[in-house]
Amino acid sequence: MNQRSTRPIGRATTLFVAIGLLAAACSSGTASVAPTTAPGTAAPTTSGSSPAPSTASLAGQTVTVIGTWGGDEETAFKAMVKPWEDSTGAKVSYTGTRDLNTVLTTGVASGVLPDLAGLPGPGQMTQWADSLVDLGGVLDKATYTSETSAPLVDLGTVNGKLVGVFIKTSIKGLIWYDPKVLTVATPPATWDDLQKLITDNKSKAASPWCVGVESGAASGWSGTDWIEDLVLRQAGPDVYKQWYQGKVKWTDPAIKTAWQTFGDVVANSYGGGNTVNATNFANAGDPLFKTPPGCLFLHQASFITGLGGFKTATSGTDYNFFPFPDINTQFTGAVEGAGDLFGMFHDTPASRSLMAYLVTAPAQDVWVKIGGAISANKNATDYPDAISKRSAELLANSKIFVFDASDLMPSAMNDAFWKAIVDYVKDPSKLDAILASLDTAQADAYKAQ
Amino acid sequence: MDPRLITAIIVVVGVPTVLIGYIVLTEQVLRLFPERLKPKIRPWLWLAPALAFLIVWLVYPTIGTAIRSFQNSTGTKFIGFDNFVWFFTNPATIGALKNNVIWLVVMTILCVGLGLLIAVLVDRVRYESVAKAFIFVPLAISMVAAGVIWKFMYDYQTAGTTQIGTLNASLGGLGIGPIPWLQVSDFSVNTILLIVVMTWMWTGFCMVIISAALKGISVELLEAARVDGANEWQVFRGIILPLLLPTLAVVSTTIIITALKAFDIVYVMTSGNFDTEVMANRMIKEMFTNGNFGRASAIAMVLLLAIIPVMALNIRRFRAQEAIR
Repeated sequence: MNQRSTRPIGRATTLFVAIGLLAAACSSGTASVAPTTAPGTAAPTTSGSSPAPSTASLAGQTVTVIGTWGGDEETAFKAMVKPWEDSTGAKVSYTGTRDLNTVLTTGVASGVLPDLAGLPGPGQMTQWADSLVDLGGVLDKATYTSETSAPLVDLGTVNGKLVGVFIKTSIKGLIWYDPKVLTVATPPATWDDLQKLITDNKSKAASPWCVGVESGAASGWSGTDWIEDLVLRQAGPDVYKQWYQGKVKWTDPAIKTAWQTFGDVVANSYGGGNTVNATNFANAGDPLFKTPPGCLFLHQASFITGLGGFKTATSGTDYNFFPFPDINTQFTGAVEGAGDLFGMFHDTPASRSLMAYLVTAPAQDVWVKIGGAISANKNATDYPDAISKRSAELLANSKIFVFDASDLMPSAMNDAFWKAIVDYVKDPSKLDAILASLDTAQADAYKAQ
Repeated sequence: MDPRLITAIIVVVGVPTVLIGYIVLTEQVLRLFPERLKPKIRPWLWLAPALAFLIVWLVYPTIGTAIRSFQNSTGTKFIGFDNFVWFFTNPATIGALKNNVIWLVVMTILCVGLGLLIAVLVDRVRYESVAKAFIFVPLAISMVAAGVIWKFMYDYQTAGTTQIGTLNASLGGLGIGPIPWLQVSDFSVNTILLIVVMTWMWTGFCMVIISAALKGISVELLEAARVDGANEWQVFRGIILPLLLPTLAVVSTTIIITALKAFDIVYVMTSGNFDTEVMANRMIKEMFTNGNFGRASAIAMVLLLAIIPVMALNIRRFRAQEAIR
């Protein structure tokens, strides 16, 4: 190679290289500056009791939110935050994903997290307590505690630190029916009364029960609600508590009885095990409204009124409910509830403002009014119909309140529980093997804690 | 100016500049070395960026995964082979392993077999390109989309109601009651149905490559055989198949690796329920739902070890072919 001929070219292109590399470096530099983070202020921008959203200047800022809600629920959530967006000028960027666990687990490990996030459950929240912001500095704790029932406040507290707040709750285990198909003059007080009601009305529908457990990666969860309601009423709240804490084995006779009762229900359900496993939980109740009716009763939480066939049906005339009857009268008045927990990962003025807004009664009233939600805030009472009002009252006046057990279990146990339901519905004869495998999963899942 | 415009300009100007600039830089560096060493060092300098990428994004994570597979769920201490013991004793993971073997065997046979059959048949027809296009198109869609499409094909509604799934509707036309296809785990029917979905996508790939190799077979050879009195089957078995063997080996290897990686189809269609679990799905579950990084890494290592013999075979074959050339 001739040195003299390459030297001028060499110099020019070396200069080019320098410019090119510099430009590329600078470009990546500007792209990496995150636009959303701003230095947080020390004082909270609003107290939990103020009815109007904070009017501090947050114009142009964005709060990223992740939750499991999609479709109708997502529309409802967006309606809920709209008043806040209008008054502060900030925007909420919501992403819905059924894979919440995945997103947040990777997020907590990598540090890439949304500002606010729906948390899968109190059990999971405990695992992430270190990454969540202490909401004691964001909300007026006294007001929050007075506006929310004590069990819900406790569930959101880890080691004295309030990290999760409920913005929506639901009551589980309501028995839905079509009043045009059968008349329920007085709600059955016991399980035996319910069986009598079924026998009396057997001819009116193809089968007594409608059940549907399909739900993508979470298939089986609506069956777990059945088991929980049965354990609560057959064995009582103490066994229930020890059960979700991993201290009662799955092969315990108390738990096994619950599964067997559920098995009877599935055997008497519309379409049998095949349909139960193939039908999505939101559409499981549609046969209630068919002519001729496919089933008499659907066991589901209060939020079903916003989904499937219930959406287009008229509350009160097309559907009504009565609470899950007692099985063992020793444990009368027991109610299982659940809720949507929210936590904050990034402490910014906009996130604080949004979080403080979400726990207020006016905010929760928005969703309550749309239907299918019960507010965690005792002052939110804008229920659209008598049915929602009744379910809210049931929750508020419950003698024994417990939270959804599977949400309180470690996620590995919860996952095994869901799968066990699917397996059991498919082949009820394998109950003992299924419970034994749940025991193994239990030994494994709880020891990590 | 719009930041995106700036980025676009930088990319259009910067990328070729960096590329050329890098080569010029290496030449400058090479000037420091004596003349006879230059041809030896130059290839390594040119390979350096690609090697750097491979090391950072492939080798380092692989080593990291290997180390994590011997650690506990949060990666704080070493627990030896416990994760691997768990893998081979846990019924769920053994079931997944068994299913992966079924995927491996059935998908490879179906894909390569069908691909070969179609390539040979289509070779003799005038509408060859149209036929090949039809078979190839499914490869263009994502596996999740394929999963959603076929979920409708296999859909099950309660007996007596309108069936919206193609299979059950056809059965209904014949008077047979609907079958919940994806729930039937006897004889691994549902696993095989899931494999059918993947085969539907990948047969086009096999067919295209085999077809190209087929056209490389000398026509005179085939004509000579036919003149000598060989019938079509003998021509296929005696001439075409042996000459296609290297291509079939390459295609089989690719399909085996794809089968071992199967995840999207299973996740979308059954979430691993009804005994359709596969290792990749289990890995995701251990990693994200259970947060157990140790076990997820162990599963990844098992998958890697399963693929290594296949890769080794492939590399040996490549080397043999290079030696012939």
